[in-house]
Amino acid sequence: MASEKGYTTVSIPVTLHRRIRKIIEGTGFTSVSSFVTYVLREVVAAYEEEKAKEPFTEEEKKAIIEKLKSLGYL
Amino acid sequence: MVAKPHGGRLVRRLAGKRERDRLLEEAGEMEKLDLPLYLATDVENIAYGLFSPLEGFLNSEDYNYVLHEMRLSDDTPWTIPIVLDVDEEEASRFSPGDTVVLAHRGQPFAVLDVEEIYSWDKKVHAQLVYKTTDPAHPGVAKTFSAKPLLVGGKILLLRDLENPYSKLTLRPAETRVLFREKGWKTIAGFQTRNVPHLGHEYVQKSALTFMDGLFINPLVGWKKRGDYRDEVIVAAYRALLDHYYPRGSVVFSVTRTPMRYAGPREAVHHAIMRKNYGCTHFIVGRDHAGVGNYYGPYEAQEIFSLFPDLGIQPLFVKEFFYCKKCGGVVNEKICPHPEEYRVRISGTKIRAMIREGKMPPPEMMRPEVAEAVLSFGDPFVE
Repeated sequence: MASEKGYTTVSIPVTLHRRIRKIIEGTGFTSVSSFVTYVLREVVAAYEEEKAKEPFTEEEKKAIIEKLKSLGYL
Repeated sequence: MVAKPHGGRLVRRLAGKRERDRLLEEAGEMEKLDLPLYLATDVENIAYGLFSPLEGFLNSEDYNYVLHEMRLSDDTPWTIPIVLDVDEEEASRFSPGDTVVLAHRGQPFAVLDVEEIYSWDKKVHAQLVYKTTDPAHPGVAKTFSAKPLLVGGKILLLRDLENPYSKLTLRPAETRVLFREKGWKTIAGFQTRNVPHLGHEYVQKSALTFMDGLFINPLVGWKKRGDYRDEVIVAAYRALLDHYYPRGSVVFSVTRTPMRYAGPREAVHHAIMRKNYGCTHFIVGRDHAGVGNYYGPYEAQEIFSLFPDLGIQPLFVKEFFYCKKCGGVVNEKICPHPEEYRVRISGTKIRAMIREGKMPPPEMMRPEVAEAVLSFGDPFVE
């Protein structure tokens, strides 16, 4: 497992593949796959970020504010 | 807006009062591992969410992904393996499924639910994390002297470790509230293990010019010989902040975690920690987290191109220097003058002057900062 690279196959239209192949010419991307991975990670992260939540309740927040005041941060 | 926690959720592995009392009572009957401070602070940092989304020490699957792919097995960017090493004798005392007490200097402070005990190849680890197997590298030396087995599993903090910097230690939940209360939407995080010279100050102030707030966050904890001692760094920053920074737009707080000297990988790790604190941006300078000549001067900036999903914006800055012709501290992007006019602000040169008890010149270090550093008999780690 240690050196195994975990990859799987996803299909994209041939036309899109051609388009991407053109736009990555002369860039740091070495393959269509590496470009698609990069873009997907960006998109997925943005999607996940929208759903992220803070873990503290209003009551805990109040306690934190009091502590920050006592330490001179607020 | 304050950055979202890494992995989407700020981890909190803190025992409630009843659970804590129960576990502390049972602690005497459980197997115990006594951890050195650098590992104990890893436990505390996991518990307070600084290493979110980690909930414990890496299991073998995540460890191998981090080592080879610089990601956790769920694809979240993660570059530094957070691991707990044990020897055969220690490992023989517990099995997966057991709960082990974690202590520091004999005092129980956390528990670990053992998921897995596995072996590791230190040479491969060193090569991939530090890009070298040279034992002169402090991170490699530490790896080679580590114990032969690793234990993976979730931790739960029962009580905080003793902390000489407790009043200067803010947890991620606290900074996130603080930044919001201050109304900051953009926050630049600044990592340091040094006393501030003029180059650092101008890097920070350049960032602050375009940000709502600056979070200056030195690492305190294990460092290599010759680095500044923690209390020196804190005193030097206090002097700088008191005399040269606007109060309302800077937060100064320390993080107790060891330096790993892993250069590029550690730069990403440092960015992730600051993201968990709520920073939206992270300053990455020349040879970030480097040591000796193991990494290229801007390799720690280049690595960020591998992480479009990091969720914190790196701010790449060039080296600042004093230009006699410009009459101020500038960098190569904004100064057209040749080398003969430039006074390089070298940390090595400053350290040599400090060692001799000499004041560094004002174009390298603020006199108030130099005085604070020189007020310590021996400001360096032995």
